[in-house]
Amino acid sequence: MRTLIFRTIAPGLTSLMLLFSVFVLLRGHNEPGGGFIGGLIAVAAIAIFGIAFGVPVARRALYFHPLAISGAGLLLSAISGLVSLACDAPFLTGIWTSVHLFGAELDVSTVMAFDIGVYLVVLGSLSSVALALEDREDI
Amino acid sequence: MSTEAGTLTFLALLLPFFGATVAPILTRFLGHNAAWALAAVPAALFIHFASFVPLVAGGGTAGGSLAWAPSIAVDFSFFIDGLSLTFAILISGIGILIVLFSGGYLKGHARQGRFFSFMLLFMGAMQGLVLADGFITLFVFWELTSITSFLLIGFDNHREAARRAAFQALVVTGMGGLSLLAGLLLIWSVAGAGSMSALLGSGTVLRDSMLYGAALILVLGGAFTKSAQFPFHFWLPNAMEAPTPVSAYLHSATMVKAGVYLVMRLNPVMGGTAAWQTVLPLFGALTLVVGTVLAIRQTDLKLMLAYTTVGSLGLLVMLTGLGSDKAVEAAVLYLVAHSMFKGGLFMVAGSLDHEAGSREITELAGLRAAMPVTFAAALLAGASMAGLPLSFGFLAKEELYAAVTGAGGWSAALVAVALFGNTLMVAVALCLALTPFLGRQPRSPKAAHEGPVLLWLGPLALAVLGILTGLLSGYAHRILSSQMASAIAGKPLAVEISTVPHLGLPLFLSVLTIALGAVAFLWQARIRGGVASALDIIGWGPDRGFDQAMRGLVRGSFAASRVVQSGRLDIYMKITFIVVALALIVPMALNGEWPSLPAWPDLQLQEWAVLVIAVAGLAAVLRARSRLTAIVSLGIQGFAVALLFMLLGAPDLSFTQFMIETLSVVILALVMTRLRLGTDDRRPALVRVVDAIIAGVAGLGFGLLLLKAAQTPFDQKLGIFFSTYARVIAHGRNIVNVIIVDFRGLDTLGEIAVVMIAGLAILTLIRMTSGTARKARGA
Repeated sequence: MRTLIFRTIAPGLTSLMLLFSVFVLLRGHNEPGGGFIGGLIAVAAIAIFGIAFGVPVARRALYFHPLAISGAGLLLSAISGLVSLACDAPFLTGIWTSVHLFGAELDVSTVMAFDIGVYLVVLGSLSSVALALEDREDI
Repeated sequence: MSTEAGTLTFLALLLPFFGATVAPILTRFLGHNAAWALAAVPAALFIHFASFVPLVAGGGTAGGSLAWAPSIAVDFSFFIDGLSLTFAILISGIGILIVLFSGGYLKGHARQGRFFSFMLLFMGAMQGLVLADGFITLFVFWELTSITSFLLIGFDNHREAARRAAFQALVVTGMGGLSLLAGLLLIWSVAGAGSMSALLGSGTVLRDSMLYGAALILVLGGAFTKSAQFPFHFWLPNAMEAPTPVSAYLHSATMVKAGVYLVMRLNPVMGGTAAWQTVLPLFGALTLVVGTVLAIRQTDLKLMLAYTTVGSLGLLVMLTGLGSDKAVEAAVLYLVAHSMFKGGLFMVAGSLDHEAGSREITELAGLRAAMPVTFAAALLAGASMAGLPLSFGFLAKEELYAAVTGAGGWSAALVAVALFGNTLMVAVALCLALTPFLGRQPRSPKAAHEGPVLLWLGPLALAVLGILTGLLSGYAHRILSSQMASAIAGKPLAVEISTVPHLGLPLFLSVLTIALGAVAFLWQARIRGGVASALDIIGWGPDRGFDQAMRGLVRGSFAASRVVQSGRLDIYMKITFIVVALALIVPMALNGEWPSLPAWPDLQLQEWAVLVIAVAGLAAVLRARSRLTAIVSLGIQGFAVALLFMLLGAPDLSFTQFMIETLSVVILALVMTRLRLGTDDRRPALVRVVDAIIAGVAGLGFGLLLLKAAQTPFDQKLGIFFSTYARVIAHGRNIVNVIIVDFRGLDTLGEIAVVMIAGLAILTLIRMTSGTARKARGA
């Protein structure tokens, strides 16, 4: 699989896909997309990178253990649900606020944090499986 | 009562748990002297509950509740009357002494901090159990006592015997706990009362109900296992594997009385029926006889105490079951007396073990000069256990005999059982209080000397209290005994017995008991030998039965797994698809709800193109020679479906489908290389045909189901709701995403938790198999 063409294309492809996955994640609330699909795209990107350069390189590039990423995502989602308790609303009620950033108005919400958590869980869990399967040193 | 007292009581319920969290830190800095600081926890509880005495002595009760799950009428609530207050005072009062004793007993132990922690956890659980009002509150604390007891019995977890005993206690009391939960829920539905205080005011609803028998069996299942009634008594002696402070506190003075507490608590609403007055005295009497007979057979001080505790619990259940005024009064007196003398004697046994090096009465003698304070404590506590005059135990025994002699039809049998049990108790009491200390020649495995104050304070205090309460019985009755008896009887009762003997049948029986007990003490070696050989002939007991049941369970589940889990992937797949096919086809066939054949759709060119691609993909799968090609070809078909979604205006679905298809092809291909299957498909023709039929029927089933679903009138309500409100409520235009992250956020939270756990499990499986592969290669 590690042909010259593939190895040349892979880094660019991976970075583009990761960027796209974040784009899909963030636009999800209004356009097709969201944490789940974004996470799947990111997994595909990591799988490609792993096939091209080997699992150890992919793991180093990820820096954190995939399952740790997944756990952090679950925690983020759960905590984002707790925020509403402070506002006297039931667990997981979406809380919205607007911030002004570089002159533009941006809607920030706990729902977005929740979706980012979903993204991280999908990314972490599936890439841990994919990388473990790719890891030939294990066999 | 004031709300302030209510808040304080809730804080008091939490205090031991707080103490448990700081105990390890305190112990790190103060060593075993942390006991002095930690004893402040039960001391504070003791003072707090003592402040309720005037209220309760005046016939009042107190209670409080916090909303827990209001939608299902579950509260976190407490209820204080004579019964719970007496228990609370016993638990906190004895708790002070036990914490101090633990300080001396486990001095220098590497995990003393953890021990203190467990002890205080237990104390909190037990305190909560007796004060709980709501059924769910009661059940939670009940289970907490089982769990903390498990931790304490298995404290020496490097010994197998301790681990087994802890496990056994957890299984027996845990199953009892489940039975209790079912019983309480049943009572709740019958009487419509979810708390003890409400239940006590419900009159005869429960007794008159058709479900009374079932509720009784379930509740007694909880009470009998917890209070070690025959045939569930075996876990209690085994629990002696725990360090002695645990035995003194949990397995004599407090936890094992939880079952007795429960039957006493329920006596006003469940007692008095023929079933109650048969089952409880019967099992109680059996337990009394079995416990005391097995006690006299032992030579280990702790085991003797443990078996007499079993006997005493039987006696308490028997008395509560009889339910007459005298019986209830006797139960109250005996319960209080037993908590004091048994706790004291256990600590004496612990001191002997600690300072003289043995718990075997055959190895100990003549220690009166070396350990005078311990000897004094043993004598006084032993006097109360034997029911000698002036002690609190004497009052209990007088009342007991008064109760059984006036018990009507079964009186003679009950008197015989009581006399028999008490005689052996006297003999055991004499053994415990005299044998280690008398004799000309001091004899012990190591040079015996009196222990530090932490070791003798507890036993001495309890032993002295056992006599003091006897002497000041009028006062004790006024503040606690009468109120507790009234709470159990469900009507005002005044306990009046005092240490001044009254001539009569009870007194005669008391004297007879002591005389017979002395004789049994002198003949103990012969009795012990007789019981031992009789047991050898029987050769089987519930303890072995427990092991056999556990082994059977393990074997049974192993055999069942072997049948269900063949370990062959093709069989799993076949079974899964057969079940899917049946689940799809059979309901439609049974109900005759086949979909009607749709008209030929008027497709546009691009739609035709996609359809052709899908069919071509399918053909490629069927014609593929190698498995890898088949997998990739399956992807073609999947992409075609994704395209269809796109054309029909479901971009989200199509998007996800694309990604899922891509990833599943990648992952399947990776798995294939892992499994190292042959690349070719070499199934015999017959198997291929069968597989084709299964696959065809399953596919047909799905097709029919989808057709039928599309033909069913579609309820637009949800769709309209979401498209109307997604933007307004949830600030999003993408309905699918809004549903996932907002409207059904809780579902998603659960789903991503599942995704993560599945990932973890798959990773474990992959690592596990590669581990075995590595081992097989000898790497």
